[in-house]
Amino acid sequence: MQLFNAVRNIGKAHLKYNQEARQKVPDGLWVACPKCQQSIYHKDLGYYRTCPVCQYGFRTRAKVRLDWLVDSFEPAGDLAQTPNPLHFPKYPQKLRKAQQITGLEDSILTGVATIKQQKFALGIMDPYFIMGSMGSATGEKITRLFELATEKGLPVILIAASGGARMQEGIFSLMQMAKTSAAVKQHAEQGLLYISLLTDPTTGGVTASFATEADIILAEPKAVIGFAGRRVIEQTMHEQIAPDLQDAETVLKNGFIDQIIARQDQKKVLHQLLKLHERGAHY
Amino acid sequence: MKEGLIINRQKKTAAKIVAGARSSQKITTPALLANLFDDLMILKGDRVGGEDPAIIGGIALFNNQPVTVIATNKGTTLEERMACHFGCPEPAGYRKALRLMKEAEKFKRPIITLVNTAGAYPGAHAEATGQGMAIANNLYEISTLKTPMISVIFGEGGSGGALALACGDQVWMTTESMYSILSPEGFASILWKDSQRADEAAAIMQLTPQSLQDAGVIEGIIQEEPDEHLFCQNITTVLTEQLNQLQQLPVETLLATRQARFRQF
Repeated sequence: MQLFNAVRNIGKAHLKYNQEARQKVPDGLWVACPKCQQSIYHKDLGYYRTCPVCQYGFRTRAKVRLDWLVDSFEPAGDLAQTPNPLHFPKYPQKLRKAQQITGLEDSILTGVATIKQQKFALGIMDPYFIMGSMGSATGEKITRLFELATEKGLPVILIAASGGARMQEGIFSLMQMAKTSAAVKQHAEQGLLYISLLTDPTTGGVTASFATEADIILAEPKAVIGFAGRRVIEQTMHEQIAPDLQDAETVLKNGFIDQIIARQDQKKVLHQLLKLHERGAHY
Repeated sequence: MKEGLIINRQKKTAAKIVAGARSSQKITTPALLANLFDDLMILKGDRVGGEDPAIIGGIALFNNQPVTVIATNKGTTLEERMACHFGCPEPAGYRKALRLMKEAEKFKRPIITLVNTAGAYPGAHAEATGQGMAIANNLYEISTLKTPMISVIFGEGGSGGALALACGDQVWMTTESMYSILSPEGFASILWKDSQRADEAAAIMQLTPQSLQDAGVIEGIIQEEPDEHLFCQNITTVLTEQLNQLQQLPVETLLATRQARFRQF
């Protein structure tokens, strides 16, 4: 056993310190879980890209989530242009790169989807698009999604993943918080259902606007959910904060989310919730 | 060369305004309240277990008309400042504000908010009691609140923490005030990994009253005066005129205009 441990540790050290060797391993056969730090053979993450040790859901592109969650998807035809209102240097280049990586216009994919004939408006944020940050185009797409759902009488399901407001767009990004919130309220006033699913990370201006204004708020295991960044809190408090202060499990305990749902169960749960609200407010 | 000069001038102006917004000479919240209102009755508590001194709320007379007043408070003594987290509200503060706004709606009182905060408090307790959700709930509810609401930013307007109290029908700023997504130091630290470049950040962030008015984020600018009484007179003039106009609007028009105000961005 001792020998076995020693061998395993050598393996770890090798992975940790010899970055060059790591890069030569095709397609990153081993990955480190950002939550529990365990090295995991990539195939062990499985179809749902979940850490087999701590159940943390790895950050995932919006388009990959579509396969997990829905039976059909019709992307919204709107083309929301991302402006550069502060004339921030190199921001257009940064955007183009993010657009190439994700194949999205901005940090959210929106459209109309179905699960077993249940139709709903769907938004999925992409953490690979400048940390899923909310720029003007993101806010515009979310607002249009809620407007469309309000007009067509559809429920909305929104998968949040965001570092918060997009700094490069300054105050115009901040305004998206008020804009999206007003759109969510208009949707709610029609008696329509809104479910949000908070994934890692959901922080800052996204937590402080549409992501937490849902009727039902779900979260993924071990997802970081909070307002202020961990480092900012520690600098303010001049002390280390509990490592799990912003984990979904703690946020659940504090009473701010309804349930934590593992990825393999999400489609089933969402379908169940849609069915339970089928009659909406119109009966 | 010419362009460099303009950038330098902007940098200087913006940095100067940031300094002015944070100045220790800035009028205090109690002084502002005393000058603007009569018969202020302070109302405390969020009704779910908290009372945050970083936000002062209550009912008062403004031009002999009852209004609901909500103001951030940085505190004057060290003890007060600590208790108020130097004017950075916790969730209980935002919940108290919303509770008082709903009361204002019920009794058809206009709402005046006075904002000078570096932002929502980034503390462990604030996180555990739902800082993000408290702000979100304000943005959500205020979008359809059936009574006029005007805000005056008279110092710092820090991010979502300020927006949660300034998302009504109109926002005015005083000449020495700023309104931004983050402090210039934080902005420079995140985007350039160098908080020393705060002045440069301030220049690019469009946080001055003039650039925010040009962008349609705020309605207008109120002149600050060295004399507190004169300064408050300027605020009173603007609030009187604007409240009169807002109160004449039918509720549907008021709300449609409020929603359009943010929809444009």
